[in-house]
Amino acid sequence: MNMELKQPLRTAKTKLAIVDCDIHPRAMLEDVRPYLTNPWWDYLQTYGLRPRHGHVKGYPFPKPTPLASRRDSWPPTGGPPASDLDFTREQHLDFYGIETGILNPLQPSGQGDQNPEVSAALAFAINEWQVADWVRREPRLKASVVVPYEDAAASVTEIRRRAGNRDFAHVLLLSRTGEALGRRRYWPIYQAAVEAGLPVGIHVFGYSGWAMTGTGWPSFYLEEGIENATTTQQLITSMIMEGVFERYPDLKVVLIETGFAWLPALGWRLDKHWERMRDEVPHVKRPPSEYLREHFWVSTQPMEETDKPDELIDVMEWIGFDRLLFASDYPHWDFDDPFLSLPPSLSDARRRAIYADNARALYRLA
Amino acid sequence: MTSSGAGSIDCDVHPTVPDLRALFPYLDEVWRESIEQRGILSFESASYPPNAPITARPEWRGANGQAATSAADIGRHVFDRFKSSLAICNCLYGVQLVLNEDMAIAFTRALNDWIAKEWLDRDERLRASIVVPMQNVEAAVAEIERLAPDRRFVQILVLAMQEVPLGRRQFWPIYAAAERHKLPLGIHAGSSYRHPVTALGWPSYYVEDYAAQAQGFQSQVASLISEGVFAKFPALKVVLMESGVTWLPGFLWRFSKYWRGLRTEVPWVDRPPEEIVREHFRLTLQPFDAPAKPDLVERAVAHLRSEDMLLYSSDFPHWQFDGNDPVPAGIPEGLRRKILVENPIATYDRLKTDRPQEGVR
Repeated sequence: MNMELKQPLRTAKTKLAIVDCDIHPRAMLEDVRPYLTNPWWDYLQTYGLRPRHGHVKGYPFPKPTPLASRRDSWPPTGGPPASDLDFTREQHLDFYGIETGILNPLQPSGQGDQNPEVSAALAFAINEWQVADWVRREPRLKASVVVPYEDAAASVTEIRRRAGNRDFAHVLLLSRTGEALGRRRYWPIYQAAVEAGLPVGIHVFGYSGWAMTGTGWPSFYLEEGIENATTTQQLITSMIMEGVFERYPDLKVVLIETGFAWLPALGWRLDKHWERMRDEVPHVKRPPSEYLREHFWVSTQPMEETDKPDELIDVMEWIGFDRLLFASDYPHWDFDDPFLSLPPSLSDARRRAIYADNARALYRLA
Repeated sequence: MTSSGAGSIDCDVHPTVPDLRALFPYLDEVWRESIEQRGILSFESASYPPNAPITARPEWRGANGQAATSAADIGRHVFDRFKSSLAICNCLYGVQLVLNEDMAIAFTRALNDWIAKEWLDRDERLRASIVVPMQNVEAAVAEIERLAPDRRFVQILVLAMQEVPLGRRQFWPIYAAAERHKLPLGIHAGSSYRHPVTALGWPSYYVEDYAAQAQGFQSQVASLISEGVFAKFPALKVVLMESGVTWLPGFLWRFSKYWRGLRTEVPWVDRPPEEIVREHFRLTLQPFDAPAKPDLVERAVAHLRSEDMLLYSSDFPHWQFDGNDPVPAGIPEGLRRKILVENPIATYDRLKTDRPQEGVR
């Protein structure tokens, strides 16, 4: 949240290496112009982005701060938060001693646009921009393969274009897709990701075109934050019940900004119902919680908070300490401070696993 | 096998409407004719496909495949077998699905009258929830006012998923009526299918539809609190029925954390959502969503940090458990006693004063 830290709070504990699995670099549309054809540039100037909601500028649920960002994250050079590599280095990478940071660009990435061709053109452009403006200039950073996920064929093209390029850490989807992610129409994306040896990262937000809950539209941004977790529960249910992991046994999924405390209960519930109704989904060979345990990683931010840290540690144990990845969400308002957010009673070994070791293994970081 | 649920109050049992014609005696001529002329077959809800395993435990189904079609059915299982002393009937016949307001109001009234006559009148150990036509708030309030004098109706019944979230101000007259008559708002699994059950559209499989109920409940709790329902109606109680249980603690951590960051958006929420939930919300026990590992069950239930929240339920005739004991192993003995009797009585005001005399059975 919006606290100003005057001085780095460096303690022995924080000397641990940190891999930050969720950093949001922000492009202005002008930044990606070199990677767009003139017709697409003209189209975007005339019609603009058209996500599946009604607002030309802004969002259905106004953010709590401009661009949902920390008030201290606006670079002195002008431009929006996390648009300036030097300031991002100073305020985040150097300040916290980040060893590796995974970039997950959100808008203007065109994901989920009503016009699928816009999505494809912008995904290509934003991927080029990530490499040219960030990764090539800062070796601590890795890019995401942004894909126009509503068009599986175009997504496969984009993944294959980046396959083998170690500048990219994972394939990036948003959580609110037009259909649930288990549906067959998305399977070519998983196949291409597995072939490229890349995990699939799913970051919360986006607009599916459906109401944000099964009971209609909520009123508040506060609720949108909560529904990011419920939507993720639904997409996991879909991926497991459609049999994605039977078809792609090597598929690895990273949940980003979803929170994690709800994961064990979801697995328990799905196991119970699968046991009762497995005749409906004979292609699901094992209890859902086993797929959950094997195929999913989850980033920590927004770290659930409880005044009884032992309860949080129970939940981490139920998930598995080898499946948690530290993430800060820089530069957003609900940023988790790498120095402060993990429960203080965690052992050093567990702390090392969450801060760096798990991510190094998953992303095959040197 | 015996049940140790002796004297328990079963807060969630489901009478089955055997056939639309069962409601004929309670409908005006115009609606009876309409049913015949238009060939309307049934209002059974897709939330519970009649032959799906969850809808009825196999040995509880009769020759025609239906279960819980009479008060005697409930008596045999819930009272004789599980040894409960009282049971609350939540009829899930899908009148909430009806799009025509006038038709919805007529069928809802008929359904409630059928429950009173065919169930409550036949066994004095039965209680029921008032089904309300949420299609029209004014009519919903009128239905509550019509039935509230009959103290065998102990709660108002709505579904976990409907056209708009339950916290929205348009529904507040219903909560005023609930508070006035000391009737908890009971939210039960199910949808009126105004939207797909997920934010990602229609799922392929029924098992996903049923699993999605847990997300529907989270959305409703978030809405009721965020909109300020409990600031306006401090005596209102809400019972989540057939909601599952173990999703709640993690949900509350997230909700309370976001509230701390975003409370200026909802200034009427003047304390952490987890406190509001522990004071105002209760949950029925089945389907209990944790593995059959007593240590883990005990730990997961401890995360609720309240011994007051769980209410005994068999969910009869839904097939949620085998054997005769709906209470999972791992629930500590002291808590078990609270779940069976004390918590239900503390929740349902009308059970405090209107319990049958000892020996009536």
